Amino acid sequence: MSFRIIASQCTQCGACEFECPSGAIKFKGEAYVIDPDKCTECKGAFELQQCASVCPVPETCVPAEL
Amino acid sequence: MSARMTALESLTRTTSLDQLQTPAKSGGCASSSCGSPSQPNDVNSAAWEKIKDHPCYSEEAHHYFARMHVAVAPACNIQCHYCNRKFDCANESRPGVVSEKLTPDQALRKVIAVANEVPQLSVLGIAGPGDACYDWRKTKATCERVAKEIPDIKLCISTNGLALAEHVDELAEMNVDHVTITINMIDPEIGAKIYPWIFHDHRRYTGIEAARILHKRQMLGLEMLTERGILTKINSVMIPGVNDEHLIEVNKWVKERGAFLHNVMPLISDPAHGTHYGLTGQRGPRAIELKALRNRLEGGAKLMRHCRQCRADAVGLLGEDRGQEFTLDQVPGEITYDASKRETYRDVVARERGDYITAKNDAIGMIKDAGSGGSLLVAVATKGGGRINEHFGHAKEFQVYEASAMGIKFVEHRKVEQYCLGGWGEETTLERVLAVLEGIDILLCAKIGDCPKHQLTEAGLRATDAFGYDYIETAISTLYAAEFGAEPLPTRA
Repeated sequence: MSFRIIASQCTQCGACEFECPSGAIKFKGEAYVIDPDKCTECKGAFELQQCASVCPVPETCVPAEL
Repeated sequence: MSARMTALESLTRTTSLDQLQTPAKSGGCASSSCGSPSQPNDVNSAAWEKIKDHPCYSEEAHHYFARMHVAVAPACNIQCHYCNRKFDCANESRPGVVSEKLTPDQALRKVIAVANEVPQLSVLGIAGPGDACYDWRKTKATCERVAKEIPDIKLCISTNGLALAEHVDELAEMNVDHVTITINMIDPEIGAKIYPWIFHDHRRYTGIEAARILHKRQMLGLEMLTERGILTKINSVMIPGVNDEHLIEVNKWVKERGAFLHNVMPLISDPAHGTHYGLTGQRGPRAIELKALRNRLEGGAKLMRHCRQCRADAVGLLGEDRGQEFTLDQVPGEITYDASKRETYRDVVARERGDYITAKNDAIGMIKDAGSGGSLLVAVATKGGGRINEHFGHAKEFQVYEASAMGIKFVEHRKVEQYCLGGWGEETTLERVLAVLEGIDILLCAKIGDCPKHQLTEAGLRATDAFGYDYIETAISTLYAAEFGAEPLPTRA
């Protein structure tokens, strides 16, 4: 399980990148991407997913299965 | 005298040959304090040293010096109802809007390119999009790299204040001596109507709780800056029906905590920008409402009236934006800083501005002494140096001054479309210019054609180029004397 970023809506502010406790978010090519192998959904670190909490655009950083 | 003027004008880019040949007029050595550059009366010496080259902090300096913003810190920890982070348009001028975000290395290259080409450059600001204190690593890296290459450039950041307190010590160490905090409320009930959420301490807060945290952090940050002698400007967005009356209270609070300057700006809420306020029909204030509020705030924290609400990647003097000349694709990959233009410009300005301040103080003193109850609203076309040196048809804005028993005061600027593009004027544009100039008694410019002059006269507005290249205040005081029968200043050659 991991989160993912909907690239077409992302403003590329990068806030998620430095809030991520697992270093799972990187700027690749043209967009920010979450590495599903590294993403822990912040379990054990924070109550809520940091990327989704800080993302300024609604419904842009979401659980991957959606 | 003319040698001075030539040097000043020839160092700036937008100069025509006829201007270079125009002899300068000046208060010059007729004034008693020749050779001893004075300072404006309402600022103490320590603060003056910090602001004298900062166009945003000093109305006087904005005639001479330019700022540039680099968008290196796009991440933000707050959502504001007047901000839409997805929207970007190169033709637009408003805070937070940029055409390209930069890495600290790219920013350094851009700053050097501008410093080499724009001699007026004195200030580098990080002003959005995003928050300079929240996106701290990039802010810090940029400031450090630029300070190393160009040690005399003033560093300046803009923040919402939420993450300010934890970086105040580093700001002081890095010699950032100007910080702008956007404070729109001191009452969390009102804050909740402006901020849908904040991100703090690893979680998102909403509603009154969010506004309460933000308020506390803003006050703490401001107090810490004041303790360390860092000058703080407060920006407030005036939102009619939400915080307009409340800003009187905000002004008191920030003054008590040592804010140096308070800048009350009108909300920009065009639906096309896609902000929450734009989409929900929240209107911005009318010019007259803004002016009335600013007048009520006189006597509190010192007010800024010359703000242009510029883009977060603006370059140049406050009334202009040369940002499009310095996009990344126009900046060389390898670039070396050449200090010569900036140094020469500073020498010239140092001589010129002492002269200007003396002339200005004389003019204001004369009007105060006149003791007349009359007042004049004067629009001026200028491109810097404190002089009437722009053609009517080339002006992109007019600076508005009010002369009254209180002296001569800069009131506001009014933007216009250029009447004369490519040598000919358009009828409809002139009509729009006339609308912008509503309420103005006299318009001063370096040059105006007979035709537009006649049309302005018909509309009840006197326009004259008789004071071309004079200092603004000197010309206004002469007009005032003629209008209200006061004793004019001795003629200056």
